[in-house]
Amino acid sequence: MFDKYMICEDGFGNVVEGGQVVGFTFLARLPYYRGIGLSMVEDIGVIIDGEPVSRQDVRFSVRGRTWTLDEMETEYTERWNFGEKAAVTVLRPDGLAPGRHRLQLSERIRVSYLPFVPTTRDTKELVIPA
Amino acid sequence: MSTYDIKRGVSLYSYQEEYFLRQKSLEDLIKVSAEMGANGIELISEQTFPDYPNPLDPSVYDNWHALMAKYGTTPVCHDFMLDYKKYKDRPMPFEEQVASCKVDIDHAARLGCPYTRALVSIDPKVLVACADYAESRNVRLLIEVHAPLHFDHPWIIRHAEAFEKSGSDYLGFLPDMGMFLFAFPPVWKEKFIRDGVPQHIADYICKAYEDRVLSEYVILEVEKMGGVGPAIGMATTLRHNAAFEPKRMLDHMDRIWNIHAKFYEMTEDLVEPSIPYDEIIRVLKQGGYKGYICSEYEGNRWIQDAFPVDSIEQVRRQQEMFKKLIGEPQAAVGAA
Repeated sequence: MFDKYMICEDGFGNVVEGGQVVGFTFLARLPYYRGIGLSMVEDIGVIIDGEPVSRQDVRFSVRGRTWTLDEMETEYTERWNFGEKAAVTVLRPDGLAPGRHRLQLSERIRVSYLPFVPTTRDTKELVIPA
Repeated sequence: MSTYDIKRGVSLYSYQEEYFLRQKSLEDLIKVSAEMGANGIELISEQTFPDYPNPLDPSVYDNWHALMAKYGTTPVCHDFMLDYKKYKDRPMPFEEQVASCKVDIDHAARLGCPYTRALVSIDPKVLVACADYAESRNVRLLIEVHAPLHFDHPWIIRHAEAFEKSGSDYLGFLPDMGMFLFAFPPVWKEKFIRDGVPQHIADYICKAYEDRVLSEYVILEVEKMGGVGPAIGMATTLRHNAAFEPKRMLDHMDRIWNIHAKFYEMTEDLVEPSIPYDEIIRVLKQGGYKGYICSEYEGNRWIQDAFPVDSIEQVRRQQEMFKKLIGEPQAAVGAA
């Protein structure tokens, strides 16, 4: 229901730690009419320039805390709130080259009342400044 | 003749597009609702309040009541979710489900809501186990009767029987008017065509819906027509929707205390093309309904790919329709 708003236009860039580029990051929202607890986020899939990212290389951050996707599955208190922009970081030595990149995002959430586990997708072309 | 007292309200769910994008604040939404005369306010707290159902700062409740007082609005219903699939590897134990519902009952009471909405998939035993607690907080627990379920479905009959057996006056129903979908919504059809459904298949599905053909036959026929992907998706919506009859509410009027006035589109001439509100209001009057009918706009997801969304204008049109159908006295000419 908010598919086209999942990938945010702002917040795309490389991540630098200790002088090294260790990956890239972007801001993402849930395509859902309410927030949900992190244990119900089953997967956040990223494909960059056609190349699927390994689940182990994805990190999720909201309000100053960071989880791996496996850690999120047993996080029973913290939530991804309605419309909240979370940072999704992909560990990737040297990050992304300056220029235009095609980013594909899928989010799979477990919603108690639905008779299926929905996966919702968004694709955007975003630019890493030179 | 039954006496009725149909009051107008709005679920803040209606404004999800603008609230999601942070284009409107909670105060903005309460203000515009009051301006339309939609004075009863319903909300999904997991949408309205970040971090709920974790404990909220007392200032959240103070602000809520200040807004209600400032704009003359009335809290009606807190819609709760009960995430019984919280644990991936195991079901949520019964007692934990009951405890979770009690958190929502307390929250509804703090908001001043006389009702709290339970989703339709919740086990009636959980609700019955909460009835005494709900009564102690003076909050009624209402199961939402939502398509594809309906008042003659065995699952809803099971709830009705459990409520009667409990003897509690604090368990009831909140019907969603989307179950009375008498025509395939034009905004759905147009979205499916934009997604690639061939015109002749889209026309067939709409005609088959109006002819009340069983969904499984329609899906099979669309497959035979060569339909794939979005065409099957469009046909499959018939599994989840049907034109049940508004008069089926009449057997349950003593336990219907709030209503979701679901709509997908209000045209400029104040018509919802797919849900028969004239018949619905007639039935509610016949049944002596005394309660709120809360606008629930759900059209944004069907148009946002191609058109700007104006949820406030959509709700305003539905409220204008309700004024006419309910027959509210017009404001006296020259009144201050």
